[in-house]
Amino acid sequence: MQSPIKYLSHKGWHQTAIIAIIGGIYILGSQILNFDNLNGLLAVPKAFAWLGVNFKPTAHSMQYFPRIWQKLIQTVLLAISSTMVAAIIAIFVALLGSKVTGINGFVQTIVRAIASFFRNIPLVAWSMILLFSFKQSDFTGFLALLLMSVGYLIRAFMEIIEDEASETMLALKATGASYFQVIFQAVLPQILPSILSWILYMIENNVRDATLVGILTGTGIGFIFDIYYKSFRFDAAGMTVLAIIFVVIALETISNQIRKVIL
Amino acid sequence: MLEVKDLQKSYEKDKPALKDISFNIKPGTFVAIIGPSGAGKTTILRSLNQLIKDDNGQILLDGNDIRTANKTQLRKYRRQIGMVFQNYNLVERLTVIENVLHGRLGYKSTLAGVFGRYTQEEKEEAMSLLKKVGLENFALQRCSELSGGQKQRVGIARSLIQHPKVILCDEPITSLDPASAQNVMELLKNLTEEYNLICIANLHQINMAKMYADQIIGIRKGRLVFDEAATYYQRIL
Ligand SMILES: Nc1ncnc2c1ncn2[C@@H]1O[C@H](COP(=O)(O)OP(=O)(O)O)[C@@H](O)[C@H]1O
Ligand SMILES: [Mg+2]
Repeated sequence: MQSPIKYLSHKGWHQTAIIAIIGGIYILGSQILNFDNLNGLLAVPKAFAWLGVNFKPTAHSMQYFPRIWQKLIQTVLLAISSTMVAAIIAIFVALLGSKVTGINGFVQTIVRAIASFFRNIPLVAWSMILLFSFKQSDFTGFLALLLMSVGYLIRAFMEIIEDEASETMLALKATGASYFQVIFQAVLPQILPSILSWILYMIENNVRDATLVGILTGTGIGFIFDIYYKSFRFDAAGMTVLAIIFVVIALETISNQIRKVIL
Repeated sequence: MLEVKDLQKSYEKDKPALKDISFNIKPGTFVAIIGPSGAGKTTILRSLNQLIKDDNGQILLDGNDIRTANKTQLRKYRRQIGMVFQNYNLVERLTVIENVLHGRLGYKSTLAGVFGRYTQEEKEEAMSLLKKVGLENFALQRCSELSGGQKQRVGIARSLIQHPKVILCDEPITSLDPASAQNVMELLKNLTEEYNLICIANLHQINMAKMYADQIIGIRKGRLVFDEAATYYQRIL
């Protein structure tokens, strides 16, 4: 048995060592990449100043607004639909794969592997791969967001089921309830708030990601931002960015309100 | 009549959690199983409704061996065996009455159960059981809003609506304050008499066992160390 004083001084030493190691990695990294720390830091205000001057929307840029708004709605709908479809797929797969509701160890391992595969391929890579088969279309963006979201949601839902549903599941199993009765009467009602909370988070996230995907797939808000930017209509590009920020903040506010009600 | 003969269980090879456990319990008996933490009390209780598959032995409920039952038969046994948990194991987001009605699922077709369609008689019985456990004014309250003692009484009502022969209680009062604990023990004792139940409670408070139980079974390191009528202990302790 270690004495508490010894334990605490060990712990303090460990923390110092970890901070030193992280600092060391940073210094080494910037040496290798030839990253000039001081000039890098000084460049940040300059970049913002450039943004402020060039991206400032003017009265003249209001003419772009209807088009931006239309594309923005399209992008938000893309994010919502891909998240909803992903959530429906993920809940089924998570029920099959979780330790408490799952079929068997083999299926559980497979489900974990699939979820991790979809999650760990970057969104940009998914978009590029899917572009080959589905060309530049909304569907390509939808599929890229869907696959990525499925990966995240399966993992999250399995953890929620394991943490929140195992005790009530046991109780209903003991009453003689059948598997499907237990799932519908105990597991799903018990996990619903956490599941909804994750879906809301995923929608917020997918609105941001859909913008990026749109640049690659030539659709939605990302696409017109790209066009305005490359044709030097910076004021319109700035307007687009402002619109995106507005919608993302609005969505976050709405989903926080929903969370307050359901949790 | 519940007869347990030579029950064996090991979770890991050569580390028996239960060794040759045998006891008999008559209807109308409130039994306390006592023993230190890790003795094997939960393992015994969960073997009795086969939530844990034991390795060997016999568990006879009115002469029929539960251990050899197939899936359909097991469902029929389980609905005659109520279970009460230390952490209540209710669906906290649902209302009190919905949780009580869950005790009927074992009697329902899969579809009726999945959609939670209960008969008028079932709903009325749920209400009268809530009255019995003193919660008739809480029927439509969410379980998450109840106190520990109230939650445990919902758990007891859920097991009663199963029309059980046996109720298994795994540390039913460990999470409760002393007043609620007394209240729950008294309720269990009265119900045992009223419905002629076999009620088995894992406890680690020996004084509680002495105060309420008709029969006390002692377990240590997976072995049965005593099994006596409680009056015997009231005399010698
Ligand atoms: N799922 C399990 N896997 C492995 N060992 C277990 C498991 N459950 C219980 N045990 C072991 O079996 C023994 C009896 O446990 P348990 O029946 O829970 O005791 P009690 O309820 O009396 O505290 C303990 O040594 C415990 O560590
Ligand atoms: Mg235990």
